[in-house]
Amino acid sequence: MADFPENLRYSAEHEWVDDASPATIGVTSVAADALGDVVYLELPEVGATIEAGAVVGEIESTKSVSELYSPVSGTVVEVNQSAVDDPAVVNSDPFGAGWLFKVDVSSRGALLTAEEYAAQAG
Amino acid sequence: MAEDQQDTTQDKTTPLHDEHVALGASLTGFGGWLMPLRYTSDLAEHRAVREAAGLFDLSHMGEIHLEGAQSGAALDQALVGNASAIGVGRARYSMICAEDGSVLDDLIVYRLADEHFLVVANAGNAPRVAAELVARSAGFDTVVTDRSAATALVAVQGPRAEEIVASLTADGDVDTVRSMKYYASAEATVAGIGVLLARTGYTGEDGFELFVPADRAVELWRALLAAGQSHGLVPAGLSARDSLRLEAGMPLYGHELDETTTPYEAGLGRVVKLDKTGADGEPLPFVGRDALAARAQSAPARVLVGLRGEGRRPARAGYDVVQRGLDGAVGAVVGHVTSGAPSPSLGYPVAMAYVTPEVSAEGTALAVDVRGRAEPFVVVPLPFYKRS
Repeated sequence: MADFPENLRYSAEHEWVDDASPATIGVTSVAADALGDVVYLELPEVGATIEAGAVVGEIESTKSVSELYSPVSGTVVEVNQSAVDDPAVVNSDPFGAGWLFKVDVSSRGALLTAEEYAAQAG
Repeated sequence: MAEDQQDTTQDKTTPLHDEHVALGASLTGFGGWLMPLRYTSDLAEHRAVREAAGLFDLSHMGEIHLEGAQSGAALDQALVGNASAIGVGRARYSMICAEDGSVLDDLIVYRLADEHFLVVANAGNAPRVAAELVARSAGFDTVVTDRSAATALVAVQGPRAEEIVASLTADGDVDTVRSMKYYASAEATVAGIGVLLARTGYTGEDGFELFVPADRAVELWRALLAAGQSHGLVPAGLSARDSLRLEAGMPLYGHELDETTTPYEAGLGRVVKLDKTGADGEPLPFVGRDALAARAQSAPARVLVGLRGEGRRPARAGYDVVQRGLDGAVGAVVGHVTSGAPSPSLGYPVAMAYVTPEVSAEGTALAVDVRGRAEPFVVVPLPFYKRS
């Protein structure tokens, strides 16, 4: 059994995406644990066109800043303002309330299943 | 999400390494040592120190002893401060400089007896400091011994520290703990283990540092954790240590101090005792004296200031400090950030930075170039946080 939600798909850069329409995207618990306490989020703007594999924002913790990549191409339709206001939710619930943004997907990049991600993330 | 690449294969481990692993710590390389960065959450560990207590493994620091009739005189000559004026059982913050006045390390010097001093150096600098002390003590009646490998160091820091340490002592040592003044030290038995107990720290809170033989470190660590549990003590890593000292306005070697800085730029001129005299009453030569005396006379080219963020994005070490332009444009560079982070206790970003004297006055509105965007910061006095 995978350690990660099976209904989601994963990128090598530790983002997750669901299969809804529009799709919801966040970062995994692996990313959140590696970062430490998240203190600041820079998310893409609503309406922005984004490309799978491109940098779309930043996620900053007490000690470091990491780039946020998009696992899909499409148009951003919503960002999680609650997370922007209280970034700690990314640590406490990265697969749920810590979601980051939603996209009308035009195409998906190379994605991993929960098992494949678990094997890779070690 | 790019992951940090760090080659820690050559790093040393402290006697408490297995404890950190068992506690689930995230480890990081620091000064040639593999150390706990955090155990649970940086913010939770930081807050625990401010509100209750934190337990730190500082065994990576260096402990260099000088024993002999001229130990004080040797240190007077080797360091910038007046070591021989330190009373027995007292400690002083000091620095070791190069001939050109640049800082090689900042140190705490403990006087354990008339003829016995302990110099505590930063982890990454300890071997060099030991070598310099040996070289600079040649000709003095003193023996310099680097006991770093045989010595472990744990710190209990926070308002509950005294309660916790006192609860592990007996009889006269309880008094020793309760009455120990800040920057004093004494031998004591804690959890049945003979330690050098000092009321020093790097957090801006009350607390103790316990120097213990390396082979008793695990025993002491576990005893402190157990005794501290009901007081809210948690193990705390280097991340919390850094945010705590930053809030307290304390310099970190490699950031505010390095081989390009003198004590004066860092606002630490008080540590340099140009007027210290020898037994003959004559001004004492010490390593770096001439260069430092010249610096003391001239206006500094740059000044270390505190910066308070008016937005939410933290400044980080190495970022440019700039004039605050119109519409948030990045203006001319006036300095650089030496340390920066969100302040868990204060709720806004804090940073220390070297800036030109013209923009160093309290209240000066500046900005920091945070990855291409000008974030507003204002000059404020240090420290950012003082315990009540």
